[in-house]
Formats: sequence, C-alpha cells, structure tokens
Amino acid sequence: MNSLAGLAPYLVLIVAGFLPNEIWRMLGIVVAHGLDEGSELVVWVRAVATALLAGVIAKIILFPPGGLADVPLMVRLMAMAVGFAAFVLVRRSVLAGVLAGEAVLVLGAYWLAG
Amino acid sequence: MSPIPPTEPPQPSPTAIFFAGWRAAWTSVFALVLIGTYVGVGALAHEYGFSVGWVLLSTLLIWAAPAQVILLSALGAGATPFEAALAVGLSGVRLLPMVVTLLALIKRPDTRPRDLILPAHLTAVSMWVEALRLVPTLPRAQRISFCDGLGIGLMVAAQGGGLMGFYLAAFLPALLTAGLLFLTPMSFLVSTARNARFLVDRLALALGLILGPLLAYEQVGLDVMWTGIIGGTCAYGIHRLRGALL
Repeated sequence: MNSLAGLAPYLVLIVAGFLPNEIWRMLGIVVAHGLDEGSELVVWVRAVATALLAGVIAKIILFPPGGLADVPLMVRLMAMAVGFAAFVLVRRSVLAGVLAGEAVLVLGAYWLAG
Repeated sequence: MSPIPPTEPPQPSPTAIFFAGWRAAWTSVFALVLIGTYVGVGALAHEYGFSVGWVLLSTLLIWAAPAQVILLSALGAGATPFEAALAVGLSGVRLLPMVVTLLALIKRPDTRPRDLILPAHLTAVSMWVEALRLVPTLPRAQRISFCDGLGIGLMVAAQGGGLMGFYLAAFLPALLTAGLLFLTPMSFLVSTARNARFLVDRLALALGLILGPLLAYEQVGLDVMWTGIIGGTCAYGIHRLRGALL
C-alpha cells in the first residue's frame, strides 16, 4: 500500500506531464515524413513555430508563474524591453540581452519592494 | 583491377560528431541559461514537496521548462491531473512545428524513423535554436549525431541546475527565484529574434508578440495555439505576397 502511494507522483508525472507534452514531438516525426528543408510548407511551419513561441513568451509575462507574479507587470515589461534593446545594441548577443533584462527585473523589483 | 577510387577525406566517427555537439552545448549561452532556469524549477519542486528523483525524471521525460513549471504549479495549487495534463498539452503545441522544421533539416531519405525519436525528444527551445543556427554548416550525414550530442549536453546542464535548485531551495531569496523564472521568457525572446534572419520569421515573431496578449486578454480558448496559427500564417502570407510583387 505504502509503496503504491509512493508511486502516485510518478504516475501523475507520466500521465499529466510526459504524455501530453511528448505527443506533439511524436506527431512532429509523422508530419515531417516526406518534407524537405527547402519546401514552402517548412517555411510556413517555421513561421507558425516562431509565432507560437512569441505567444508562450507573452503568456509567461502576462500570467507569470510562482514568485515572478510578485514582480509588478510594469517591471516585467520594462525588463523585456531593455533586454531586447541590449540584444540589438550589443551585436545581437543573447547573453547581453538576458543579462540586461535580468538586471532590470531584479533591480526594479528590489527598488519597488524597498 | 578496379580503378582507384577517388580519395575521400576521412569521415569523423558518429561518436566524434556526438561529442562535437556535446561541446557546442557547453560553449552555448544556453548551458548557463538552462542551469539558471532549472535551479528555479528544482527550487519550485522542493517548495511543493516533490522528491529529487521526481525532478530529475521530469526533466528527462518532459524536457521543456515552461511545461515543467506549469505541471508543478498546477499540481502544487491542487489542480486535478486532468487539468494539469490539459495545461501542459496546450503549452506543448509549439513542439510540433519545432520538431518538423528540425527534422526537415537533419534527416535524409534513407534515415530510419527510429533514429529520429531521440532528436525529436531532445527538441526544446534551447536545442532547437542552437541546432538551427549550427547544423546548416555541417554535412547532412553528421547532423543527427550532432543534434543528439547537443541536446544531451544541454539536458545534463539542466539536470545539474535542477539538483542545485532542489537542495538550495531553502537558501534562495524570493527575488532570485523571480529572476530565475524570468530567464525563460527573456532567453526565448532574444534567441528567437537572433534566429529570425528572414522577413517571414521576424514578422511571425512580431505578430505573435502582438496577438498573444490580445487573445489572452480576450480569454479566447487555446490562445497560444491560435497566436501561432494566425500569426504564422499572416507572416507567411505577407512573405508570399512580397515575393509575388517583387
């Protein structure tokens, strides 16, 4: 009984985490069958993937998880804007963008909380 | 006697290519971003009372930080497994077009489908962005092994971060965990922008950033999925229209 109860979180991990996520990857293998790099369909699919990612980014910023929700929306938006500006200004550097955005987020939240 | 075959340069072994991918993972800025992100995931899991084995297994099996954060937050807040599965499934839609574009880049006509399972499973934003950037310069025969090494290298970095976060959870100040959770949207934005070299991809990113909040605030169901389909299709339409006019 006890050992069964100990397995429950792992069962939930498989059913509620692994399967609903992995199904999209396996469907990707099916859809990719017969497609090649240069095809127009791949250009469209890449555009959809990029817009989907943008949607995920917007969702996390507007409805943030955990402790990020305690940081005011204005600070979250400012941090994204400054991070993006730093990325553009510093030779399209991902590191510069992430560091600048993080600095604004942490300092902004600290300053407003202080 | 048969004619002397043309001398071919020696082919690197699949193992050597795998480790080239592994090295690319550790020299990528994403190794750092993932360690930080998963310190946040590990700490969140500890906070909600999950075991360290559960955290490591969730990274191995799910391998998508937003989905893991959604699963943890949903279960921690007392949602049913069904509600959690639905939320995770909606966030995972992006993996379908990502896998399709990656596989189109790495497979050959004679590639066995089972050799595509590992690169498909390793597909996550970090691996996808780095693979799309690095793989086009490689001969096609090397691309699958390279992607496997790249993805596994990044996953090992993430697992290290998850372990650290789990055991350091009690010592992490609230401000730091907020900063770690912010790594995901910030790194997704700039890395997607870096890879968007063509007009169609830049348009898709911009349209997605505008449509995403609009659809989310209008409480349209499946808002992220519609953002992708509408934003991506409009961007593609403009790209075709521009091609036809020029």
